[in-house]
Amino acid sequence: MNILLAIIVLGSIAAIFGALLGFASIRFKVDADPIVEQLDALLPQTQCGQCGYPGCKPYAQAVADGEAINKCAPGGEDTIKKIADLMGVEVQPLDASHVQGDVAKSNRPKVAFVIEEDCIGCTKCIQACPVDAIIGAAKQMHTIIIDECTGCDLCVAPCPVDCIEMRELPETIHNWQWDLTSIPVKQLD
Amino acid sequence: MVESIIERITRGNFWDFHGGIHPPEQKFLTTNKPIKSLSLPKQLIIPLQQHIGLEGDVLVSVGDKVLKGQPLTLSKNAMVVPIHAPTSGVISAIKMSVIAHPSALRQLCIFLDVDGEDTWRERQGCTDIAQLSNHDIIAKIANAGIAGMGGAGFPTHVKVSTDHNINFLIINGAECEPYITADDLLMTEQSVAIVDGINILDKLLNPRHILVAIEDNKPSAIKAMRQATANNSKIKVCVVPTKYPTGGEKQLIQILTGKEVTAGQLPIHSGIVMQNIATCFAINDAIKYDIPLISRVVTVTGQALAQPQNVWALLGTPINFLLEQCQVNSIDNEKQPVIMGGPMMGFSLYSELVPVVKTSNCILVPSKIEMPSAFEKESKEVECIRCGQCSDVCPSQLLPQELQWSAKAKDHAQLTKLNLSDCIECGACAYVCPSQIPLVHYYRIAKAEIREKQLLDLKAEKAKVRFEARKLRLEKEKIARQEKHKKAAAARKAAMNKATPEAAGAKSAVAAALARVKAKKASQEQDSATDNVTNSGVTDVPLESVSAEKSQVSAAIARAKAKKKLKEQAANNDSDIVGENTSNTEDKKAKIAAAIAKAKAKKLSKGASEADHDTGNITAPETADKVPVAAAKTASTPAIVATSSSDDKKTKIAAAIAKAKAKKLNKGASEADHDTGNITAPETSDKVPVAAAETASTPAIATTSSTDDKKAKIAAAIAKAKAKKKRQEASSGNNNDQNSV
Repeated sequence: MNILLAIIVLGSIAAIFGALLGFASIRFKVDADPIVEQLDALLPQTQCGQCGYPGCKPYAQAVADGEAINKCAPGGEDTIKKIADLMGVEVQPLDASHVQGDVAKSNRPKVAFVIEEDCIGCTKCIQACPVDAIIGAAKQMHTIIIDECTGCDLCVAPCPVDCIEMRELPETIHNWQWDLTSIPVKQLD
Repeated sequence: MVESIIERITRGNFWDFHGGIHPPEQKFLTTNKPIKSLSLPKQLIIPLQQHIGLEGDVLVSVGDKVLKGQPLTLSKNAMVVPIHAPTSGVISAIKMSVIAHPSALRQLCIFLDVDGEDTWRERQGCTDIAQLSNHDIIAKIANAGIAGMGGAGFPTHVKVSTDHNINFLIINGAECEPYITADDLLMTEQSVAIVDGINILDKLLNPRHILVAIEDNKPSAIKAMRQATANNSKIKVCVVPTKYPTGGEKQLIQILTGKEVTAGQLPIHSGIVMQNIATCFAINDAIKYDIPLISRVVTVTGQALAQPQNVWALLGTPINFLLEQCQVNSIDNEKQPVIMGGPMMGFSLYSELVPVVKTSNCILVPSKIEMPSAFEKESKEVECIRCGQCSDVCPSQLLPQELQWSAKAKDHAQLTKLNLSDCIECGACAYVCPSQIPLVHYYRIAKAEIREKQLLDLKAEKAKVRFEARKLRLEKEKIARQEKHKKAAAARKAAMNKATPEAAGAKSAVAAALARVKAKKASQEQDSATDNVTNSGVTDVPLESVSAEKSQVSAAIARAKAKKKLKEQAANNDSDIVGENTSNTEDKKAKIAAAIAKAKAKKLSKGASEADHDTGNITAPETADKVPVAAAKTASTPAIVATSSSDDKKTKIAAAIAKAKAKKLNKGASEADHDTGNITAPETSDKVPVAAAETASTPAIATTSSTDDKKAKIAAAIAKAKAKKKRQEASSGNNNDQNSV
C-alpha cells in the first residue's frame, strides 16, 4: 500500500512538472537565435562585405553557425576579441586574406570622397554602396554623404574612372583625443 | 525647506562637500593692483567658436572695414553665439589658426588689423530695464554674444530662458583656483554694475532667493558687494570658507543649499541657476550700454613675470602681447611654459599666438622654482601605492585609483560603472597623489575615448538601419518589377481574348499584320515565278510595289555578299582591311569592319595564348610580344576611319571598340604570360601596357579633332578607365608570374 502511495505521489509530481516544463517550452519559446543579435551588435556595421558575406548580419549568422571569427577587417583585433569572448573560443589573429585596401592600416576613420570633376555619372558606385550614402543620377555628378559613409571601400573598385578615393576625416577639437605627451599640470609644495 | 536653508545661510552655517584641498594661495601676486587697461594690439585673432555649441555664419569678408562692436558672425541656431569686432579696423584674413585648446588644433579665425581709432558702431543703450520684455532681454543677451565666462562657455541666453520655477539664483564669485583674481578685482571695482546685471537676471528668472557666493579670502570684494547690495534684501552675499574646488557648480550648490545634484541631472532640475560674476557684468553692459562681449578681465600672473596683474583684454588679443605688457622675466629659454586657466585645471599652450577668448580667465607663466613639474619633459609617475588619499579629496566622491586602473586598461564598462562622467576634472586627486600620477589626464583620455565610442556606436546603429532599409527597398523594387511584368502580360492576354472595341482593334491589327506577311510570301512566290515567265499581270498586287520589294531584297543580298567578301579578305590580310575601310566611305561598312577587327583581335590573342599553352617553351613570350603590337595596329584602324568621318557617333563607337579590344588584348597577353610561366614573362607583361597605351591614345587623338568639350571629357574618362584596367591586369599578370617563379 505504502509503495503504491509513493508511486502515485512521485508519479503525480513528475506529471505536474512535466506539464509545467512542456507549457513553458511552448509559452516562452525564443523565436530568433539571440546569439546572432549579440554578434551583430559587436560587428562594426560597415556592411563592407570583406568577410565574404553580404553585410554584418549575415556574417553574424555565419559565425553563430561555426564560421571563423577572424574575418572582420574593419573591426580588427578588438572585435575578434569580443566575439571570442562571446562565443567562448580562442582569439585568432585577423585573417589577412579578408583585408581589402588599407582599411586596417590607420586608426583614423576614413570616408569615401568623389573627385567631382572626374565623375561621369555612371551610377556604379551608387549600386555598390551598402548604406545608400551616395547621391546622384545617371549622367549626373555623384557625391558622398560624409555623415552616412561607413568607409567600407566598396564604391572604390567599381568606379570606371577612379574618381573615388578614401580620405581620412580631419581631426577637429570634437574628435581629438587627449594624449599624455602634453605637459601635466602639477602643483608646487 | 527653502526657508530653513535661508535661516542657515543667514546664520552663516553652511554645508560642506566631500574632500577638497587647500593648495597654497598665490593670489597676492595680483590682488592688490587695479585692473589695467591695455593699449590696442596691432592685430586681433578672433576664433569663430569660443563657447560650447556651434560656429556662426561669417558676415564679413577679407578687406572689410569693421567698427567696434560690429557682429562678425550671425546666429541662427540657439547654440550659436555670435562674435563681434573688439575694436575698429580692417579684416585682413579669415583662415585657420591655433586656438586656445589643449590639442593645439587649428580652427577658423578672423584676423582683424586694428586701425587704432576704436570707433564704435551706433549703440542703443537702455537705462530702464522695466520697459523691456523678458523676450527682448534674452534676444539682446543672445545678440551680444554672451557665453558663461567662468570656464565652460555655455551660451547664457539658453541658460536664462527657462520655464522652471527657480528657487535659487546663485552668483558664483568663489574663484577657488589658487592664482586667479579676475573676479575678485571685478567685484571690487565694478560691484554696482554687477548688481545691476544680477537685477536683470532677477527680472528674467524671478528666483525666490539670490545668493552671491564669495570665498572668505577676498575681503575687499566681499566689502564692495555688501555695499552694493545693502538696499536689496533679495540678494544675499554668502561668505563661504576657502577650499578647492568650491567654485565648481555642483560643489557650490551643495555648500549653499545642502542639495546634491545627482548624476545626469542639471541644477535647473532642482530649481537652481548659477551664473558667473563676469557674466553678470557682461549682461549689464549688453542691456544698459549695448556693449557686446568684446573684452574681459584676464589675470596674467606667475613668478616669471615682472609685473603680474589683471588686465582688461580685448577678445582676440594674442597671448604674447599680454605677456609683453606684463614683462616676462625669464624668456631666455624657449621652453618657458605658458598655462591658460588656473594651475589646477588649466592646460599648457603650444603657441604664444593663441588669442584670448570668452572663457580665458587666467594666463599663468610660472618660474622654475614655482612649478618645477611644468618644466619637466618626462613624467615622474610611479606605480600607485594604494594610499587612498585621492578618494579622500575627491569632491565628487569617486574612487580615483580604481578609475585610474580601469582607464589604463581601457575598461570602458567598468569606468561607466564607477561614474567617470561625474568627474569634474578638478585635479585634486592628482595634486595629493604621492606617486605623482597625472590622474586627471587618464580620465580625460578615457572620457574622450568613451565619447568617441558612443559616436561610433551611434553611427554603426545608423548604418545598420540604412543597410536594412536598402535591403528592404531592393526587395520591394524586385517584387514590384515582377508584379509589373506579370500585370503587363496579363493585360496583353486579356486584350487578346476580350471582345472590346480596343481588343478588336488590336486583333484586327494582328490580323492585318498576318495578312501582310501572307501577301508578301505570295508576292515572293510570284516573283520567283516571274523570273521565268515575266510579269503576267495575273497577281492582285500592284506592279510597282513588287519591284520595290524586289530592289530591297536585292540590296540585302548585296550587303550580305559584301559582308562575306569582307570576311574573306580580313581572313587573308590585315592591311587589306585598312585599304578597304578608308576607300569605302559608307558608315555601315566601317562598323562592320570594326566588329570584324575586334573579333579577329580576340581570336588572335586567344590563339596566341592557346599556342603558348600548348608549346610552353621559351619562345612563347616572343609570340605574346607580337600579339599586342599586331593588335594595336588593328585597333588603330577604326580610329582612322573615325577621324575621316566627322560624325560624333562614330568617334564614340570607335573609342568603345578600341577600349574593348585593348581589354581583350591585355587579357590575352596576361593569360599568355600566365601559361608560359617562365622567367622572361615579366618583361612581356611590362610591354603590354606600353602597346596598350598606344591603342588608348588613338581615340584620344581622334577626338581632339572634334572641338566639342564634352567629347574630350568622355574620351579622357574612357582613357582613364582603360588605364585602370590595364594597371589591374598588368598587376594581376605580374602576380601570376611571381607566383610561378
